[in-house]
Amino acid sequence: MSRAGQLVGRDTWPHSMIHTIAIPPDAQMAPLMRGYAASVSARRRQMLLGAAIAILAFLLACIGAEVDPDKFWANLGNFGGYFYRISKLDTGSFAWTDPVEWYWGLGRWLRLLGETLLMAYLGTATGFVGGFLACFLCSRNLVARAWVRFTARRMLEFCRTVPDIVFAQIFVIAFGLGPLPGVLAIAIHTTGALGKLFSEVVESIDMKPVEGVAASGGTWVEQIRFGVLPQVLSNFASYGILRFEVNVRGATVLGFVGAGGIGEELLLAIRKFFYSDVSAILLLVAICVMVIDLASEHIRHRLLTIEGGKT
Amino acid sequence: MSERAALVARFPAAFAPNWSARVQTIGVVGGAVGLYIFGLVTLDFDPSRIMRGFARLGDIFEMMLPPTPDSWSRGQLYFEALIQTLSIAFLGTLMAAILAVPLGFLAARNIVANWLLHILARRGLDTMRSVDTLIWALIWINVVGLGPFAGALAIMTADIAAFGKLMSEAIETADRKPVEGVAAAGGNRLEAIRFGIIPQILPIFASQVLYFFESNTRSATIIGIVGAGGIGLYLSEEIRVLEWQRAAFLILMVLVTVAIIDQISQRLRAAIMGNRGR
Repeated sequence: MSRAGQLVGRDTWPHSMIHTIAIPPDAQMAPLMRGYAASVSARRRQMLLGAAIAILAFLLACIGAEVDPDKFWANLGNFGGYFYRISKLDTGSFAWTDPVEWYWGLGRWLRLLGETLLMAYLGTATGFVGGFLACFLCSRNLVARAWVRFTARRMLEFCRTVPDIVFAQIFVIAFGLGPLPGVLAIAIHTTGALGKLFSEVVESIDMKPVEGVAASGGTWVEQIRFGVLPQVLSNFASYGILRFEVNVRGATVLGFVGAGGIGEELLLAIRKFFYSDVSAILLLVAICVMVIDLASEHIRHRLLTIEGGKT
Repeated sequence: MSERAALVARFPAAFAPNWSARVQTIGVVGGAVGLYIFGLVTLDFDPSRIMRGFARLGDIFEMMLPPTPDSWSRGQLYFEALIQTLSIAFLGTLMAAILAVPLGFLAARNIVANWLLHILARRGLDTMRSVDTLIWALIWINVVGLGPFAGALAIMTADIAAFGKLMSEAIETADRKPVEGVAAAGGNRLEAIRFGIIPQILPIFASQVLYFFESNTRSATIIGIVGAGGIGLYLSEEIRVLEWQRAAFLILMVLVTVAIIDQISQRLRAAIMGNRGR
């Protein structure tokens, strides 16, 4: 900085085009430069302190997570090797050279994948209704009583903090194996997640229509039906579809604990080293999730433009 | 009421039902309900089984009270597992964040103009994102063996993609003016990125890292179900052997930890985003 200043100020000034930049004399510059240096070094100190804390936490975490670099480097080849192995059939040729052999269980896998999707749908739809009913109770602008809001919020928090697979494991014991516990687990988790998002949407609405309905004698339910719903419905739908996307991904692993879907088949294939089956199922799942992602993105975009057109 | 009749007579168009909108609504809702019923039938949901299940769930809940680890030494064991869970979440998030930086720059349209490379980076990230953390954990267990390290690596692989995407979006929406300023002052491309782009995206990225750490704490609590370390191992074990009081204690531990981490991270995020202003 100071070097540039001298260059412009002294040596080149009479000949240069940029002589309009006035460099103050050193006596005036010194305090400014000192101030600049001080603020830079303060920021640098802050930065270094942050980095030191991060590195310390990183080292502690390495100990906590039993990181073993030697083992990691020694086995890293296995990672690539694993993907190499799952790309081969038992006959030794690459899987894609013989799709019929690779996807020998296609009918069964598609059925299981369909089951997974249905589970995600049922769970999301049930959770949507649950979150829908709960969200009005925890919105500040619709419920005046603080204890109602507090209870509703804590309930939702509990529903979304306990992971769905833990719910699934408990439900498997209560309801028996199969998709039913999976659907319930997704439904409860979704209720918690959507209820929170919905209530945030409801709290940000325009209150004038609600007051209008109240002024013409509408009950609380009528206020919500005619004052709130028209404002929030497209947003709700968009969040619901986004949640469906998340739940499809989650439903693919619920089978790990016996709660239905394609997860159980995948777990078996990985545990029993049916290599080509692993790649076949993984690919099916990945394609399915990606298609749903794209479709949901498309629909959500349209929903938001509908809303934009209305207002 | 007669007033209303007069109004209807005067403005029939305003009171006429909007049939096309109604048909659309009925179609969407009907389709959703139909699919729901189809699902209930296909998955063979039996009402009596559901009722019996809820009764048993009530029993289970009763057996959970009061939550206790039963002995001091087991409590210590759980606590160590909890620390391990946090380590897994932290390590996985940090590794993902570090690895995502170059990927994010690759996937950003205004840094790498080559569309083929751009599309490859984006699609690759999408494929990784569509596989769940637990599946990644199973795969990593094959590589580094059972234990928390596999869990940290699983969280890393599941998150790189999401991070990379966020990163590239932040870079693409960054203000161009500082970059042009650096270039005009004679800086090269690397300096333009260092002084023009990084100061803009660093706070966004840091707050995203914290946010992911929050959500990864939740993921890390379950990753033990497949044997990749952390508190999930004990949790699934105690549920399997029907030790409900211990299971409830573990669930409580998870709830409290997640709440604390949420609070800390919210504060930190507010501080990071706040001191930049705007």
